[in-house]
Amino acid sequence: MSEFPPPRPAVGGQPAVLATGLRKSFGDHVVLDGIDLNVAEGTIYALLGPNGCGKTTTVQILSTLLPADAGTVRVGGHDLGTEPDLVRAAIGVTGQFSAVDGLLTGQENLILMADLNHLDRAEGRRRAARLLEVFDLTEAAGKMAMTYSGGMRRRLDLAMTLAGDPRIIFLDEPTTGLDPRSRRTMWQIVRDLAARGVTIFLTTQYLEEADQLADRIAVLDHGHLVAEGTADELKRLVPGGHIELQFADADAMTRAAHLLGGASRDEEARTLEVPYDGSVRSLKALLDRLGDQAVPVAGLSVHTPDLDAVFLALTSHSPAESELAR
Amino acid sequence: MSTPALAPALARRGPAALALRDSLTMLRRDVRHSLRFPMMTVSGMLVPILLMLLFAGVFGHALTSTLGAAGVPGVSYIDFLTPGILVLTAGFAAESTAVNVCTDMSEGIIMRFRTMAISRVSVLTGQVAGSMIRTMISAVAVVAVAVALGFRSSASPLEWIAAAGIFALLSLALTWLTVAFGLLAKTPAGANSLALLPAILPFVSSAFIPAGAMSGGVRWFATNEPFTPVIDTLRGLLTGAGIGDRAVLAVAWCAGMSLAGYLWARALYNRGPAARPAG
Repeated sequence: MSEFPPPRPAVGGQPAVLATGLRKSFGDHVVLDGIDLNVAEGTIYALLGPNGCGKTTTVQILSTLLPADAGTVRVGGHDLGTEPDLVRAAIGVTGQFSAVDGLLTGQENLILMADLNHLDRAEGRRRAARLLEVFDLTEAAGKMAMTYSGGMRRRLDLAMTLAGDPRIIFLDEPTTGLDPRSRRTMWQIVRDLAARGVTIFLTTQYLEEADQLADRIAVLDHGHLVAEGTADELKRLVPGGHIELQFADADAMTRAAHLLGGASRDEEARTLEVPYDGSVRSLKALLDRLGDQAVPVAGLSVHTPDLDAVFLALTSHSPAESELAR
Repeated sequence: MSTPALAPALARRGPAALALRDSLTMLRRDVRHSLRFPMMTVSGMLVPILLMLLFAGVFGHALTSTLGAAGVPGVSYIDFLTPGILVLTAGFAAESTAVNVCTDMSEGIIMRFRTMAISRVSVLTGQVAGSMIRTMISAVAVVAVAVALGFRSSASPLEWIAAAGIFALLSLALTWLTVAFGLLAKTPAGANSLALLPAILPFVSSAFIPAGAMSGGVRWFATNEPFTPVIDTLRGLLTGAGIGDRAVLAVAWCAGMSLAGYLWARALYNRGPAARPAG
């Protein structure tokens, strides 16, 4: 689905988000310990990290909600500290918690946004109607937002963000709590926006989401960016994949181990772990060698490196750390 | 690169025009909320009306003689009471404003407003304007019930307008103060107890009996608290009693409280969202 890259707008030279040495503490608790971000215009950028790692704080700072303790930030080419209103005019934010007015209907919510974006009446109504249609909310337009389902509310939330036609959109955990269908709808919306040249900065704790959507991914842990790059670049950071072979008896395992040098064996589980580069050719070669010698294999599973492994390896927490060190 | 929608608008119109437009938008939002739950407005006017029935019906007869003893003879109690009940109406309305504001501030949409290029204080001015409209509606209902109970005003149209002006000024003062209470409180229940103050203070004033009929410290307090000059001024305008310097004092109190409440509320709002640990 996202195999072909979205058409990029002409590069204006300015990154959409440029942060250097961003720091933030709440009391003694250091949340961001000097992070740098460089988000190119028209791209999807994912900030990935476990709960409580500072993702939301980052979004709140970049969207002018919280002042940073130190560091310089330019969003949409404007300095966050000296031109917050120009930053606000360029951005749209959909936070983790629903930012819709539950007592207003979907349509009233969108017209409220049009009014606050200082559109004239007719244009505001037109835009509201179009957004209701695009986000499949036309039927529920006259109902109070508090009666909406989670997915509908999230769509209305994003529609409200788009009412101001922002160039840069911050999405804080846009799919947390959504069912799989709503999640996929949200992904498609994000892709469509990016295809129109809108810059998307999203946070997520779902690796799959970052892998699916983002042009670049930054991994945030304990206030530091521990890795940054494309999904493929990040996957290369951890040791490659392997093939796990299961054997019915110890004899077969010994023969196979002899045949396939460099395999690590687990006597108890009767499994062999063979390094694997992910290609079909080497998988076939491995099976051919076992087949030629008629070594009976009870089971086989292929483990390719995924972002999970990267995530676990990079976001160090003591129990997981000792697991990975082995 | 598309130009942000606001930049030309900002350049073309002054910030004051934008602040007015945003405030009107926020007022529309507040009015929509009230229309969706009209019971909020109705229950706000119910307490003062019940108190009026109670005082006029149950204590009215006994209190008329108190009026005579305190140097206001020949005045029917309902005429004396109505200006006091009006002030009470403003106090109770302000109490619900604090709860409204506190509840609203916990809504996610306030965070959205903070990330938008709008006049920041418009979020508050919209609430204040909406509350004042509700208070004025309650006041009209209270006066209607008072007339049904026998209240007769000697006021000329001009005096009615002046009375409405003083009442609106009081409402403005109380509303800005309670908006600040609503921003200060962490929970609606907390906001409610903070805002009891403007609802309770009129009880220790000249609302029900003249301050002169009270004794000692209570009398001193009732004479000098802010509600008494407002009540005395309203009473003077509506029933022809003497006003003297009370009007000046009333306007000064209201203007002072309005300004203090506005500055306080604005500072509390600009303090930003409560810092919460990251997620």
